[in-house]
Amino acid sequence: MIEAHQLTKRYGEKTAVDRLDFTVRPGAVTGFLGPNGAGKSTTMRLIVGLDAPTGGSVRVNGRHYARHTAPLQEVGVLLEAKSVHPGRSAYHHLLAQAQTHGIPRRRVDEVIELTGLQSVAKKRVGGFSLGMGQRLGIAAALLGDPATVMLDEPVNGLDPEGVLWIRNLLTELAADGRTVFVSSHLMSEMALVAEHLIVVGRGRLLADTTVDDLVRQAGGDTVQVATSDAARLRELLAGPGVEIAGHAGSEELQVTGLSARAIGLKAAEHGIALSELTARSVSLEEAFMDLTRDAVEYHGVTTGIDALGRAA
Amino acid sequence: MSTMTTSPAATAVPTRPVYRVTTRHVLRSEWTKLWSLRSTWITLGLGLVFLLAFGLISAARYRSNITSGQPLDPDFAGATAVGLSLFGTNFTQLALGVLGVLVAAGEYSTGMVRSTLAAVPRRLPVLWSKSAVFGLVALVVGVVGVFAAFLFGSAIFSGTPAAMTLSHPDVVRSLLGAGLYLGLIGVLGVALGALLRSVAGGISVLVAALMLIPGLISLLPKTWQADIGPYLPSNAGQSMFALTHDSTSLSPTAGLLVFLGWTALALAGAAARLVRSDA
Repeated sequence: MIEAHQLTKRYGEKTAVDRLDFTVRPGAVTGFLGPNGAGKSTTMRLIVGLDAPTGGSVRVNGRHYARHTAPLQEVGVLLEAKSVHPGRSAYHHLLAQAQTHGIPRRRVDEVIELTGLQSVAKKRVGGFSLGMGQRLGIAAALLGDPATVMLDEPVNGLDPEGVLWIRNLLTELAADGRTVFVSSHLMSEMALVAEHLIVVGRGRLLADTTVDDLVRQAGGDTVQVATSDAARLRELLAGPGVEIAGHAGSEELQVTGLSARAIGLKAAEHGIALSELTARSVSLEEAFMDLTRDAVEYHGVTTGIDALGRAA
Repeated sequence: MSTMTTSPAATAVPTRPVYRVTTRHVLRSEWTKLWSLRSTWITLGLGLVFLLAFGLISAARYRSNITSGQPLDPDFAGATAVGLSLFGTNFTQLALGVLGVLVAAGEYSTGMVRSTLAAVPRRLPVLWSKSAVFGLVALVVGVVGVFAAFLFGSAIFSGTPAAMTLSHPDVVRSLLGAGLYLGLIGVLGVALGALLRSVAGGISVLVAALMLIPGLISLLPKTWQADIGPYLPSNAGQSMFALTHDSTSLSPTAGLLVFLGWTALALAGAAARLVRSDA
């Protein structure tokens, strides 16, 4: 359980995290999404106390991270890849981390096995590939068998097999009843594992929602219809819960609130010939882009952050 | 915010072992970290070699000067076995100080510090443990090296005017003082590394404090030199293991106290920065 309350971090003039309010609950994978520079990594650093917030607060399992007697048992964290001395072996890195808490060597061996690092455990980390480095970071995160697991961009640099492994791991951890909080800038990746989504842009909360709700918010499923008799079809389809968009005089209509099947039947019933009938699902990627379009950090032309009104 | 109604309870996984961050645990972790890096072994080895090699070389030079029958080199006037065999401390202090800087600042340059502070978010135990562990190791290396240099050197000095034995009053005190000085140099290095969070910066300040400032001070008016000079870290440190002292230098105890003061100052600065600024 992670609870952020008005969490704010400013570095000089720049506000990296801006009054974030969110709760990450146990038993599910929560995706933490946002474009690059949205403040995801900073938020994670604030959660484990590496940075001190400028304002607001964040608690983990009911307390500030630093107030726990065994922090590694509360939160296991994978930060942006490089948090390891390259001259030390993976085994000794994990051992030193474990020893701060009195975690036995047996557990070090366990996480090495769990992450598939057996063959390289005694080698210096400096020679590791990006993927092995990520595995080592995840091994460190799991050392304390923590109630909350927080991973910053865990699939970065992993091969397809590694990506699959991470997905299964995340799902298992959540099924154990743990809080799983995973950041990514790739909606498609998150859609595969996350149930809940916290979307940020420019440090602000854009949405705290579920995958399903996000799609609905972004316009839901629409049906594209084309007919030479658009005006008449429009009248026939109109009804409660149905929205019809389309330029006057155009043959194309975009209908939400009715299935393609219902539209087709209705048209046939009244003898209207359709030249197109296409069900269009809004992809998660589109919904995400839509949500964050105005909050993308590095953009050709910067516009106001009007999209904030959409935050649920 | 969405309106989820999941119960916040039922978080804990049942029957979990009880772990705890304690000073002893953090000390053990720092001990593992120190010895699991190759640079530790190499630099400590160098430190020992410097003490022995330079001690023996200066002893050999002295003996050849004495036995050659040529006039005594002015450098050797009033030379003692202790003074000559401790010649290597000039170099060993650099090795140990630099390693101290690496132990602390290396965490920042590599990013390791994020792992370290995530495991020990209260932070200060990390600084105390690093200082204690490395200070102790530097002390042991220093004491062992200094005594070895003296004992091996004694064989060379025997029969010369500089010869001394451990039974001579002040010899043991002087040798222990040198060992202690080297231990504290290790702590100073750790403190500077943690304070500056940069390997290059830490080494620069260390070298400046030990070698450059004593030279620069000679630019000051004579009376100022006499007032300030003895209290500089390098001079106060030298006083800790000098066999004799005069009006221009501190007594061994005063030297120790002044050097402890400098070390404590650097540690306090490091502690303040560690607690206050983001990692």
